[in-house]
This record gives sequence, C-alpha cells and structure tokens, in this order.
Amino acid sequence: MSAQQVLLEAHAVAKHFGGVKALHDVSLTIRRGEIYGLIGPNGAGKTTFFNCLTGLYKNESGHFVFDGARLAADAPHKAAEVGIARTFQNIRLFGNMTAIENVMVGRHLRTRAGVLGAITRNASTRAEEAAIARRAEELLHYVGIHERAHDYAKNLSYGDQRRLEIARALATEPKLLALDEPAAGMNGTETDALRVLVEGICRDGVTVLLIEHDVKLVMGLCGRVAVLDYGEKICEDVPAVVQRDPRVIEAYLGGSLA
Amino acid sequence: MSTAIKSLARHQHWLALLVVGVVLLLVPFVAALGGQAWVRIANFAILYVFLALGLNIVVGYAGLLDLGYVAFYAVGAYTYALLASPHFAIHLPFWVILPLGAGLACVFGVLLGAPTLKLRGDYLAIVTLGFGEIIRIFMNNLNAPVNITNGAQGITLIDPIRIGGFSLSQSSTFLGVTLSGPQKYYFLLVGLAILVIVINIRLQDSRIGRAWQAIREDEVAAKACGINTRNIKLLAFAMGASFGGIAGGVFSAMQGFVSPESFSLMESITILAMVVLGGMGHIPGVILGAVLLTGLPEALRYGIEPLQKMVFGRLLIDPESLRMLVFGLALVLVMRFRPAGLWPSPQRRRELSESTD
Ligand SMILES: Nc1ncnc2c1ncn2[C@@H]1O[C@H](COP(=O)(O)OP(=O)(O)OP(=O)(O)O)[C@@H](O)[C@H]1O
Ligand SMILES: [Mg+2]
Repeated sequence: MSAQQVLLEAHAVAKHFGGVKALHDVSLTIRRGEIYGLIGPNGAGKTTFFNCLTGLYKNESGHFVFDGARLAADAPHKAAEVGIARTFQNIRLFGNMTAIENVMVGRHLRTRAGVLGAITRNASTRAEEAAIARRAEELLHYVGIHERAHDYAKNLSYGDQRRLEIARALATEPKLLALDEPAAGMNGTETDALRVLVEGICRDGVTVLLIEHDVKLVMGLCGRVAVLDYGEKICEDVPAVVQRDPRVIEAYLGGSLA
Repeated sequence: MSTAIKSLARHQHWLALLVVGVVLLLVPFVAALGGQAWVRIANFAILYVFLALGLNIVVGYAGLLDLGYVAFYAVGAYTYALLASPHFAIHLPFWVILPLGAGLACVFGVLLGAPTLKLRGDYLAIVTLGFGEIIRIFMNNLNAPVNITNGAQGITLIDPIRIGGFSLSQSSTFLGVTLSGPQKYYFLLVGLAILVIVINIRLQDSRIGRAWQAIREDEVAAKACGINTRNIKLLAFAMGASFGGIAGGVFSAMQGFVSPESFSLMESITILAMVVLGGMGHIPGVILGAVLLTGLPEALRYGIEPLQKMVFGRLLIDPESLRMLVFGLALVLVMRFRPAGLWPSPQRRRELSESTD
C-alpha cells in the first residue's frame, strides 16, 4: 500500500484504566476513501479507541499517524484541526442552542473572526458570518433535517439528533469522520436512511470510521472491518472473512455473527 | 396588513429607544432636585451596570464562576490613582491611564485565568475568591518598606478626568444649562455603559459568542468541534477583566479617593448578585439587576430613617442593619420565586425550568 493511500495508522496504541486494559497495543491502518468498521462486544474498547484518537484520552503508549503526520496526544482541538471529526455514543449536542447554531459552532475551526471583528462588525466579519450560516444550512439539508433548523437541539427526535451531530462534525471539514454507534436507538427506516447518508458522505470524499453494533449495517457498509475484544484487535479483514473467523465467533459467543 | 404591523413594530423599536434616551437625559436633572447625592447614586448605578456587564461576559456567556472580579476593578482604580495624584507627583492624562489600567487588569486576568481554567464551578470560584482577597491585601500592605499604595489610608487628591482646561469635577455652563461635576460624570458613564452594552450584544451573536455558549453547554463536545477551549475561556476572562479595569479608573477619578476598603469580597459578591439576580447572560436583565441593587439599598437608607421617626417617633433599629436585612430578604425571595433572575433570557429560563422539573 503506498503512503498516498493511507489516511490513518494506529501504532500499538495502549490505554489502561487502573487494572482494566481498555486498549492493548492496537494497530490498524485506514485507507483514504474507505468505510472502515470497528466492532466488538460491549466493553471491548471501541469508544476508548475513538477517545484516544481524538485526544480526549491520553494513551499510555503507541501513537497515531494521520495524513502523514504524527498526532499530538491529549489535544482534541488539534485533532479536529488536522481533519478528524467525531460523533458521540451518548449524543453530545449543545442542547440549548438551535440545530443550525450547533452546526455553526462546527464552523469555528475553519473561520477567523475574533473579538475585534465581532465588535466592529466590519465587512469581512459580516461576510464570514453569512458564509457560516449558509454552510450550516447546506449541511442541515445534506443530512436531511433542514426543517428543524431553528428547533433547539434537545427538542429533536433521537434520529434527528444523531444526524445533527453528523452535520456538526462535517462542518469542521474532516478528512476522517468517526461515528460512534450512529444507528443506536434507530428504527429500521431510520437506519436505512443513515446507511444512504454514510454512503453519500464517503462518496463525497470523506473517509469513515464506523463503530456499530448493528451487524447488518456494518457488513453492508464497510469495506474492511476490525474486531476488538478485551482491548485487543483479534481480526481485521473484509466483512465476509471476518464473519467466518473462529476467534470473532468465539468473542461474540456464537451471537449474531455466527 | 402584515407589513403595516411590521412597520409598526419597527417604529415601536425606535420609540422605545427614544423614550429610554429621553429618560437617560432627564435622570441627572431630576435626581439633582433631591440633591447632588442622588446624582452620585445614579452615577454609581451606571458604573455598576458597566461592571456587571463586564462580569456578564465571564459568568453569563462563558459560564465561569468568578468571585474575584473586584480585583480587576481594584487594579484599574489603583493604576489611575497612582498615576494621577500627588502621591508620586505623577499626573498623566486620563486617556493614557484608562487604557493602561484596562491593559494591566487584562494582564492580571490572564495571570489568574491561565493556571485556573482547568478548574470548574465551585473550585474556580474558590480560587478566584482567593485572588480577589490577595489583591486587596496587597493594596493594604504595600506601604512598607517602600510606600507604593499608602496602605489602608488609601490615596487622596486623585485628579479628575480632565480634557485640556475642562475638568469633569467642576460645574460648568453649556448653552445656558449648568452642569455640576457629578452630572458631567453621569454623561461620561452613560456613554461608557452604551459602549459596553453594544459590545455585549455584538459578542453574543458572533463566532466567539457561540464558542462561549458551546463551552457552557458541553465542553467535551466543544473541544471535539475544534474549539481551543482554554484560549476561548481565557479570552472571556481577559475581556471581563479589562472592563473591570476601566470601571476602576473612572471610579478613582470620580471619587478622588481610593482605599482597599472599596474592594472587599462583598463588592465581588454584589456585582455577581447583580448578574445572577437580573438574569444571567441577558443584557436587559443584568442592567435591571445592577440598577436595582445599587438604587434599592440607597433608597432604603434614605427612606428607613424618616419612616421610623414618623411611625415610632424615634429610631428603633439602626438603618444600616435594617437595610442589609431587607436587601438579603429581597435576594432570597427573588431566588426562590424567580430562580432564572428577574428578567432572564428565554433560553436561560428554559434551561432552569428543565433542571428543576
Ligand atoms: N473513563 C473511564 N474510566 C474507567 N474505565 C473506563 C473509562 N472508559 C472506559 N472504561 C473501561 O474501558 C473498557 C472499554 O470501554 P469502552 O467504552 O471503550 O467500550 P466499548 O467497546 O465502546 O463498549 P460499548 O459497546 O458498550 O460502547 C471498559 O471496561 C470500560 O469499563
Ligand atoms: Mg462504546
């Protein structure tokens, strides 16, 4: 694989909580333009992997190389700056802000206006504000919740909240979009719509890293899948192979993957 | 039809502004009928509007509980006092010292903010409280071995704000209208208050304002959105501190005298109470809170004594303690029945009604 094709490399990333080995020397490689699945039983360390990647947790050892450069540990805003955006398993929106304002916050990183601009409201600040609002509106359209633009985030339905989180993440212009169980709590129709959305995002040039318990969704969407179990990567391959891997079947105790 | 209503609404907007303008213009003259003391009270009300709106940026917008705000007020006041009084025989003009005081206060804001911003809520409150006290104690004790602040005696004979030969502390006549010193300060303060109101309004709907709100709502999510939360919080601290510094400078010039006594913890708490009581983060609410909390105690001071004499024929209760009692009771009642403040923003009301449900 040429360096050009690689977007993210995790090198022996380890993270412990007291005695719990949440991640044990996990290495993996994500290619540009793919949808990469990360699955595993409850407590396997998937969310912890996201948190280390996005700088919310500091991993004890190992490191990430993103887009050719080593990621600074422990600096979430820097991870966002180089192009990693994420959603949260337990949705984290700005509840008392409207949907469109949530997405506008996502534009913070790619805009400049400071205090002086805000106070003087000079031409360039006004132009930037207008551009932020326009882009936020486009993104709400893109994820399909533009009718809800002026509703408070906390008043949106569960499915719409998940979409809003995706719109906010996309507003930061990511190269990699990391989704933590985006289909959790969704019904069949909503999940189908989500699949279409994620495929669209990938087609538009954003690489996707997907944690998901919905096996059908993962197997349908992802080009490659890694399986975590007790903090260790036990398998990484195309879905068809992963599904038949005995270690994976054992990890799930003959569960839905078998 | 609807356009008619719209144009009416627009006119109402201007009408309201016009009424406020006329009232603001009349206040110093009406107050003067009761004596210059009332003009000074009006001046303090507006100075507190200014201070409270500065603190509103820190507490209301960025959600950082700052109990040491008065420290920045003190820094501004002493900067002015030391550089425009016989104490060091330095007499710099106000347009040099006021910005200098604001800048110094800003530096202190960053100095306090940088190490403390990892703290949250109560912990931040305790540290800022300590900081406020440290500054006051410094002012109190920096008179030996080298006399810098003149200790508890404070600094006297501070220059008024002066432009050329025109001094704000003496009365002068324009177009047949005679303005006293306090009346002239009144108009300066109104100007400053309008400035801070505009700044508050404009910050609210801006990239920075949204970042503050995002941090208040969910700091982790804000970080994940690429907001450098440390810098953005520091910015709130620095801005609030600068406003405190300017207010301190004007206070010095207006009073002609400063001492550490003016910068007690009680002062910080009063300013915070103005923000909270009025309606955190909501500009009209904060203004109302500041005016009420300055005006009410004064009205009580001047009202209680004659009232007691009238009813009982003599003074039964010391007016000062009764004043604090009524004041405290009023605060408790407001917080009990209007927890979001007297005039909260619609949003804040919603936040609170949720959490108490
Ligand atoms: N902040 C934390 N403090 C202590 N332990 C933690 C923390 N976060 C995660 N863990 C532990 O680390 C392990 C991995 O948790 P993680 O949330 O990464 O699992 P997961 O694969 O995302 O599970 P799920 O499918 O339930 O979301 C678990 O044993 C969990 O209890
Ligand atoms: Mg998880």
